[in-house]
Amino acid sequence: MKVLVPVKRVIDYNVKVRVKADGSGVDLANVKMSMNPFDEIAVEEAIRLKEAGKADEVVAVSIGVKQAQETLRTALAMGADRAILVVAADDVHTDIEPLAVAKILKGVVDEEQPGLVLCGKQAIDNDMNATGQMLSALMGWSQATFASEVDIDGDSATVTREVDGGLQTIKVKMPAVVTVDLRLNEPRYASLPNIMKAKKKPLDEKTAADYGVDASPRLEIVKTTEPEARAAGIKVGSVDELVEKLKEAGVV
Amino acid sequence: MNFGLSDEQEMIVSTVRSFVENEIYPHEDLVERTGEVPSDLAQEIKRKTLDLGFYACNFPEEVGGAGLNHLDFALVERELGRGSMALTHFFGRPQNILMACEGEQREKYLLPAVRGERMDALAMTEPEAGSDVRGMRCTAVRDGGDWVVNGTKHFISGADHADFFIVFIATGVDETPKGPKKRITAFLVDRGHPGFEVRDGYQSVSHRGYKNCVLEFTDCRLPDAQVLGEVDGGFDVMNTWLYATRITVATMSVGRARRCFDYALDYAAERKQFGQQIGKFQGVSFQIADMITEIDAADYLTLASAWRLDQGLDANREIASAKVYATEMLAHVTDATLQIFGGMGLMSDFPIERFWRDARVERIWDGTSEIQRHIISRSLLRPLGA
Ligand SMILES: Cc1cc2nc3c(=O)[nH]c(=O)nc-3n(C[C@H](O)[C@H](O)[C@H](O)COP(=O)(O)OP(=O)(O)OC[C@H]3O[C@@H](n4cnc5c(N)ncnc54)[C@H](O)[C@@H]3O)c2cc1C
Ligand SMILES: Cc1cc2nc3c(=O)[nH]c(=O)nc-3n(C[C@H](O)[C@H](O)[C@H](O)COP(=O)(O)OP(=O)(O)OC[C@H]3O[C@@H](n4cnc5c(N)ncnc54)[C@H](O)[C@@H]3O)c2cc1C
Repeated sequence: MKVLVPVKRVIDYNVKVRVKADGSGVDLANVKMSMNPFDEIAVEEAIRLKEAGKADEVVAVSIGVKQAQETLRTALAMGADRAILVVAADDVHTDIEPLAVAKILKGVVDEEQPGLVLCGKQAIDNDMNATGQMLSALMGWSQATFASEVDIDGDSATVTREVDGGLQTIKVKMPAVVTVDLRLNEPRYASLPNIMKAKKKPLDEKTAADYGVDASPRLEIVKTTEPEARAAGIKVGSVDELVEKLKEAGVV
Repeated sequence: MNFGLSDEQEMIVSTVRSFVENEIYPHEDLVERTGEVPSDLAQEIKRKTLDLGFYACNFPEEVGGAGLNHLDFALVERELGRGSMALTHFFGRPQNILMACEGEQREKYLLPAVRGERMDALAMTEPEAGSDVRGMRCTAVRDGGDWVVNGTKHFISGADHADFFIVFIATGVDETPKGPKKRITAFLVDRGHPGFEVRDGYQSVSHRGYKNCVLEFTDCRLPDAQVLGEVDGGFDVMNTWLYATRITVATMSVGRARRCFDYALDYAAERKQFGQQIGKFQGVSFQIADMITEIDAADYLTLASAWRLDQGLDANREIASAKVYATEMLAHVTDATLQIFGGMGLMSDFPIERFWRDARVERIWDGTSEIQRHIISRSLLRPLGA
């Protein structure tokens, strides 16, 4: 089985995000970019499937600016076998919307015919949480979202999902789109030999036009603002005082 | 000319950075508090480094290392410099002087060191011979086919964890027009060898938990098989292998300075006095400007000297410049950061006071700042006859 893992280049989770002065978005100039952490978990899971003999090839794909090549190299250094870069924008500030990404991914899936698409449940930059679901709809494949456990067994997969009330276990038919949650696994570091090998692994470059997809934005961003500053907290001396304060605040 | 990192170099840097942040930082307070590295923690760091293929990454592939060149290795060291030395010691980088091992020495010392099975330490300094290495008193004399060694080494880093030692010992004296000149030989000495004892050293203000020890030789008998390189060829092995290791001090200083600087920058942007962020006062903001300028300068100087080694160019002067500049830069950056933190900078609630203490030794070990200036100035003036 071939596993396709879409990975997105996003602002590094350690970076203190700054809103651009004109409110049009977040400032990405000279900012450290990394692989979306949920996608790292997806890459890790795909590699583990390969190590367990359940997958024979792991293909990473990224859709975005040319610099996303670095993100793909990271996936290759972690252990993916090859990579596909679909260039769909020139400006690092352009965020390709989920529907366009899903349509391009459909093109890639049609070509590659993977048995499983493993993606992050959402990207930490815009928190859309939509691409995997849209891809499954476009493909007419089953979907299992927010996975915290994935067990592939021939033509079906048993997936434990993290839902609001707790854990839900479902069985889906393969091929499927599975989106992964935080607790599925702990991604590995790229090993030094794999870093050195990554450059020799194939990385194909395509464009959105190759898949006949118009990736131009359909949503209009009206305004981006800093989150409201949190008011300073206070220290309470006892449980009684805490209860008192909570009552004052009208929360108990 | 290209000042950017390649994709591989970016990945090396980000992997080592993540490793240091996740596997080293969380244990630093413990090491500071206790002055010890628990042995299970040491073994865990070592195992993870081995698993990642980074252990002994400074060694060539044919002996089992990763074959990093000087520049790539400098990038690794720079990131390691961010973390506690007591802990990053187990992200093992054996002395590359071990490449001088021959015959059975390879099986006994070189290969186990690269595999992380045996750790090494290097001993040159003596109570009476620091900068003046040739003035050493530790002596080996011929007796039958063996050498009999007597003397003392001190300040020997990592000796508490070392399984064997590379020790420089005087094996004779030449009479020269400038007076007597000692001949030096490098020996490999196993821990526990009869007549050889490792004792606790001094308490150092820098790098708590990264201990230094005293080595004592009392009629210690060593066969010729323990000679590393040639008899009386100690300075040759030293010159072939050791001067590159001075880049390590420079690169680690740059890494630590960057970590420290991030604290300074954040604090200057957050701390308010007189109704505004202190970073708005020029007294603070100009310090920030000077710090980053010096850090970048030291970074480029260091990487450029590593690059020269890779190109096979003479780099002795450049390495000395990098060592003296980067270590003095670190002294300034840690001190200025502490100043920006005001009183809190001195308190162990923040790592600033530790960076400041740790910085002090960098200007002393691996050749003091004065010795580096001596190397730099001699290399320029000697050819002019001055
Ligand atoms: C924590 C620690 C760990 C160490 N680890 C090791 C180790 O693992 N192995 C090892 O072999 N050594 C080690 N050393 C020793 C270190 O390399 C020496 O401390 C260093 O070379 C200086 O020697 P010294 O301390 O004897 O000072 P000295 O040589 O006595 O120097 C005293 C002062 O005189 C100055 N001076 C000396 N000669 C000149 C000159 N010609 N011109 C101008 N000024 C001069 C020096 O710069 C210095 O300021 C370690 C030292 C420390 C502090
Ligand atoms: C060990 C110790 C004992 C102490 N004992 C006492 C005590 O007994 N009683 C007592 O009352 N206090 C005491 N202090 C407090 C001491 O006086 C303060 O630490 C000192 O005044 C600095 O204040 P701060 O630490 O809050 O730093 P901050 O005032 O926050 O200063 C931070 C940095 O900003 C700089 N800065 C601030 N304003 C400006 C400006 N306008 N222009 C340029 N730069 C500026 C400062 O110079 C400093 O570098 C003690 C402090 C220490 C460390």
